[in-house]
Amino acid sequence: MNKIRKSFFSPLFLKRIKKFKSFKRGYYSLIIIGIAYLLSFFAEFIINDRALLVKFDGKKFITLYSDVSLKKYIFSKAIETKEEYLEYKKLLGGDTLNVNDDERFSLKAKFELYDRIKKDFDNHRILRDIFEEQKRGDWVILVSYPYGPNENLLDELGERNPPTSPDGQHFLGTDDRGRDVLARLVYGFRIYMTFSLLLTISSYIIGIFFGAILGYYGGKVDFLGLRFIEIWASIPFLFTVMVISSIMIPNFTILIIILSLFYWISMARYIRAEFLREKSNDYVQAALAVGVSDQKIIFSHILPNSLTPVISFLPFTIISGIAVLASLDFLGFGLPEPTPSWGQLLSQGISNLSSWWLTLSPMAAMFLTLILIAFIGEAVREALDPKVYSRMR
Amino acid sequence: MGKKQKELLKVENLKTHFMIEEQKAKAVDGLDFNVFEGEFFGIVGESGSGKTVTALSVLRLIPDPPGKISNGKVLFKNKNLLGLSWEDMRKIRGNEISMIFQEPMTSLNPVFTVGFQIMEPLMLHRNMGKKEAKEEAIKMLKKVGIPSPERRVNDYPHQFSGGMRQRAMIAMALSCDPDLLIADEPTTALDVTVQAQILELMTEIKNKRKESAIILITHDLAVIAETCDRVMVMYCGKIQEIASTLDLFEGPLHPYTKGLMASIPSLVKKKKRLTTIPGNVPGILNFPSGCPFHPRCKHKMPICEKTVPELLEVEKEHLVRCHLYNSEGKNK
Repeated sequence: MNKIRKSFFSPLFLKRIKKFKSFKRGYYSLIIIGIAYLLSFFAEFIINDRALLVKFDGKKFITLYSDVSLKKYIFSKAIETKEEYLEYKKLLGGDTLNVNDDERFSLKAKFELYDRIKKDFDNHRILRDIFEEQKRGDWVILVSYPYGPNENLLDELGERNPPTSPDGQHFLGTDDRGRDVLARLVYGFRIYMTFSLLLTISSYIIGIFFGAILGYYGGKVDFLGLRFIEIWASIPFLFTVMVISSIMIPNFTILIIILSLFYWISMARYIRAEFLREKSNDYVQAALAVGVSDQKIIFSHILPNSLTPVISFLPFTIISGIAVLASLDFLGFGLPEPTPSWGQLLSQGISNLSSWWLTLSPMAAMFLTLILIAFIGEAVREALDPKVYSRMR
Repeated sequence: MGKKQKELLKVENLKTHFMIEEQKAKAVDGLDFNVFEGEFFGIVGESGSGKTVTALSVLRLIPDPPGKISNGKVLFKNKNLLGLSWEDMRKIRGNEISMIFQEPMTSLNPVFTVGFQIMEPLMLHRNMGKKEAKEEAIKMLKKVGIPSPERRVNDYPHQFSGGMRQRAMIAMALSCDPDLLIADEPTTALDVTVQAQILELMTEIKNKRKESAIILITHDLAVIAETCDRVMVMYCGKIQEIASTLDLFEGPLHPYTKGLMASIPSLVKKKKRLTTIPGNVPGILNFPSGCPFHPRCKHKMPICEKTVPELLEVEKEHLVRCHLYNSEGKNK
């Protein structure tokens, strides 16, 4: 028997993938967005106020994801207030401590260091400067863009008032609370993409489930279901979300749940139509005649044949998910502060019109993201189109 | 056929109606027939005569709404199928009764491999594992004459030709060794050589299992003549004539059957022109009163317009529904 290349995917699917790849614009957009989204999960390694690695007193600390406070390490107990510190210093003998030269990092030196840094222990940039000055062999490795999305930079900005314009340190300037705009944009991208993907998935699950049941059973189920959808669709969802948001502060999950309750409608309609068409095919009757259960016919026989609208609408649903989150954030009903958010940056831009970078950077980020996804959507739609020469050039 | 045979399927006064534009369309209107074990039973009729609806009613696959089996009994092995729960019905479908559909092109699901679709009834009804079912599927494909079945099980329906798809459908229908196989125009969509192969295959399968029966639905009398033991002629949802194939072809009684026979080109007799039955099958919503065939009938009598004739046994096991053969007709 000659060997045949077996594939997990059906030949038709592979053919569509091939066709999709032939639309260069969409294909490269997918690669760019895919890589950008993947990289955004490692954003902490590139843009972050916390150091990658700190060496202090002969010990190395991985500080990137953990919240290890050096302060705690120095005195082997947490000291929060100044009073606590002074008391502790007195208890140990304070300034009259004997300097033991054998101990590489004596208690006295620790107090010295503490007096100097005080609250800046968690500011790794200052820590690095001090370590370099002290030349004790301690060091700090910072990431390449050492500013965090939620970090308040007011102290470092000195004389200048936020929002400050772009410069060598802050490539896109700072916002009106002295936070780095570039860092907020990058983390915002991750949050927006994740939010939109999850919203799309959850609303599709609801929509497919409803649409499949309406389309498959038809008759009264279909009639009542459609009337329900019509009523539900006539609720102005933005206002509803705003009302809910003003009662309780929505977090990421709650916002996805609320939005999915309104986002499933269009998919339910498409899937219903697909099911109405597909269920009249003989293979459905053949499956029934074999004794397959309704549930199995719906989800494993008809559904795979009705996925065309799901796949072709996917990119556009993601786009609208991003746009909706941005508009909710813009209006102040979206994700709670201090979540890095494009919409919130935009609303800052409106109140600080002279600070052009506040408006322009989230606009550009959003424009680029949305247009890339739209290109993907265009290519997907073309790839699923059975006609070969349907493109207008 | 002999009376000693056991009845496998007995249909009593089956009525299947469809609601079309708030009117009742009587697609099947009072059918009585039976199929014996080991029999090759044919159902003939023009398009729209209710053949397929009969088959679907037996399996209870009528889309409801708009369709409804409003009356009657379908006794399969002395069990009324119409009274069974969905769950029990599902166990019978594909297991004890299975069906082959008209269009091999659309009867297979395009997203699954052919092998999987043959495996599915096995996994459902025989509780087979995937591996076991696959081996069985390969065996089935071999049985229906598909070359190199080990390779072909992993193919998708679009990689099969029409004839091969119909073979795959037959393999799927036969995978659980059903006692009754309903073939709804299995050869209509195929070309003649493939047709012959498929019919041969079905006869072969039937001959292998003595106790199983096949119901063949077709509009092609030649197919009936070649394969069937007994034939039922349907018109407007009613049985017009039932007889053994030999009796029917030797001496058709009903004018409709005669008309059908006359419209087949014959190799033996010399004829100048083929005769046709004038007119069309009446629309399903306005069947004529009385005998539904009377507007097209050569032997029309006044009574034909008024009353529906009874199904009478005119010769031994040769039943016909026509006023020509009952007392009223003879009296006139």
